[in-house]
This record gives sequence, C-alpha cells and structure tokens, in this order.
Amino acid sequence: MHEQQFRQIEAVVAKLRNDASARVVFLVDKDGQQIAVNGDVGNIDTTSLASLAAGNVAATGGMAELIGEKEFPTLSHEGERESIHICVIGRVLLVVIFDDRSSLGLVKLRVKQVTPELHTIFEEVARTTKQATSDESFFAEITDEDIDSLFN
Amino acid sequence: MTFINYASREINCKIVYYGPGLCGKTTNLQYIFDSTAPQSKGKLISLATETDRTLFFDFMPLELGTVRGFKTRFHLYTVPGQVFYDASRKLILKGVDGVVFVADSQEERMDANIESLYNLEENLQAQGYDLMAIPYVLQLNKRDLPNVIPAADLAAELQRKGEPVVEAVASKGVGVFDTLKAVAKQVLTELRKS
Ligand SMILES: Nc1nc2c(ncn2[C@@H]2O[C@H](COP(=O)(O)OP(=O)(O)OP(=O)(O)O)[C@@H](O)[C@H]2O)c(=O)[nH]1
Ligand SMILES: [Mg+2]
Repeated sequence: MHEQQFRQIEAVVAKLRNDASARVVFLVDKDGQQIAVNGDVGNIDTTSLASLAAGNVAATGGMAELIGEKEFPTLSHEGERESIHICVIGRVLLVVIFDDRSSLGLVKLRVKQVTPELHTIFEEVARTTKQATSDESFFAEITDEDIDSLFN
Repeated sequence: MTFINYASREINCKIVYYGPGLCGKTTNLQYIFDSTAPQSKGKLISLATETDRTLFFDFMPLELGTVRGFKTRFHLYTVPGQVFYDASRKLILKGVDGVVFVADSQEERMDANIESLYNLEENLQAQGYDLMAIPYVLQLNKRDLPNVIPAADLAAELQRKGEPVVEAVASKGVGVFDTLKAVAKQVLTELRKS
C-alpha cells in the first residue's frame, strides 16, 4: 500500500469516527493485521484487538458456512458501556468501538455510507500492489546479513 | 500473506505453530513471551479452556527489528491441537506465511504426530497452500522426557522436505528461539524471492 492511498484511508476512517460519534475506528486485514486506526485508543491493546476481531469474523464465517450462508457481513456486540460493531468489506474489516454518545443504529448507518468508498480504495490498493510486486526490486536486495542481524 | 505497508514501513508476517494436543505449542509461545523485552512484544492472548488447553488460538506479536528500514513484526499463533477442533485450525491457517510443526517426542505420541502432520497438509491444501512450498520447520519437543524416540528416527518419520529440524525442551526454553529463527529466516528469504 502506498503513501497516498494510506492517507486516503486514514481520512475516511477519521471522518467515519467523527460522523458516527464513535470512540475508535479501526481498519483490520482479515488475517488480523492492523491497517489504520483513528480515535481515543487510550490503553486499548490495538494489536490484540485486531487479531481477536479477525478471529471473531473467521469463527462466525465458519458458522455461516456450516448453515449454508456465505458469511455474516456485520457483527455487533453491545456491552453495558462500550460496544463494538464489525463490518466485513472485502478482505478488510471495519471495526467501530462506541459508547452511549452514539448508538448502534447511527454506527450502522455511517458505516454503510462509507462502505462503497472503502471498496473503491481497496480495489485500487489491490491493483497497485499487484503492479508493485512485479516491479518492486527492493526486497530482492535483502541480504543474508540483514536477516541474521535481526536475531542478534 | 505477508502484509507490507509502505506508508508506515512495516512488514507483518504470520507464523503458525501446529501439532498434536499437548505437544507444547502454547509452551513455545509462553517462553518467547516471557523472555523478550517489553518494548518488542505485545500481549500474549490465550483463548483457552478452563484446563489450559487451547480452545481457539494463542496470539502474540513480536517485533524483531528493522530490515532495510522496514520494521519486521511477526504475528505468532498456535492452533488447538485436540482433534475435534479442526474447524478452528483451518481458520487459523488463513494468511499463514510460515509453519512450525511441534512434534511430541514421546513414543506413545507417535501416532498423534503423524495424524496431525497429515491434518496440517490437508488443511493447508484447503486454504490453497502447499506444505512443500511454504516456509516450514520441524521441532522435536520434550527431549527431556525418558520415553522419547531417538531424534534421528523421529526425524526420519516426520521430516517432509529437508526442512530444518530443531530438538527442543520448550518448557525450559531449549530450542525455542532456534526454531523461531529458522522459520523467520525462511519467511524473509521468501519475501526476497517474490
Ligand atoms: N517435560 C516437558 N514438558 C513439556 C515440554 N513442553 C511442554 N511441556 C508440557 O506439556 C504440557 C502441554 O503443553 P502445551 O504447550 O499447553 O501444549 P499445546 O500443544 O499447546 O496443547 P493444546 O493447546 O491442547 O493443543 C504442559 O504441561 C507443558 O508444561 C517439554 O519440552 N518437556
Ligand atoms: Mg495450546
């Protein structure tokens, strides 16, 4: 993913957090890698959260398959104070954390509104990544010494 | 799938520890967690049963340092080894970059090792991977116990493709980092080839 696409994604995430009155908005890859985050992260362990969100989606996706569904595109967990809403957008998960300054209805609405835009950006990312891997010679220059030095 | 973020200059790779129930997968992660500096690791998340058997996965992120200005972060996962958790094992293999097979060296666990290895091969295939092509290390664990099969015999039985074989006592940390290093090296070498 390149600088400019990353900025674009960050801007969408920031706007969504604002429009949905959410506490935090994350973008996470389906494999559990965090892509972008915006908001009051506080002492939330974002790496763990990304991995668990991906695990959660993978598990419910597995259940969906067993009952003959393709996947469950959204998941919501409502707690006493904090709640979480996850939406699957292609290979990416949009994770929104919110409290009683917002509501599930509002969050769902705002997420729906940005979904097409995120789709478009990630299609573009997928396209340019394909190009990049074919002409990106950077990693070809990694030496054995580079790798060894990681373990000292 | 190695996730390379050019904007934040990060390389993220996913390593999965596989193997039969009680072979010591969680123990490997626990040792890595206990012996790395706080600034280079995140939390160790264990989704386990009340009896400490892995229920869904263990997870810990580990930062190894930078390669050519890119931060390299390894996401380490274990699968639940008990046979009936197969659906979960399949899910955890999604997006994997490298696999460690942890074998239990005890004689009475030989059949379980073989069954689990077949299961790995099948589940990788189901996700579109080939054991023969993926970065892979064989760890022979529990070498401290009295009833173990000689390492050479065990390797002869379980080695699939000339992958590195590491003897280990995960509960004491013996061989744990050698194993991680062997698989991480292959993953980064793979990156260079692509
Ligand atoms: N003696 C000995 N015990 C070990 C060794 N490695 C792990 N153990 C013990 O074996 C038991 C099971 O280890 P775990 O790491 O929980 O096994 P696991 O592979 O994660 O098991 P599942 O989660 O059920 O798949 C624990 O009591 C460990 O302390 C070893 O090298 N030697
Ligand atoms: Mg375990």
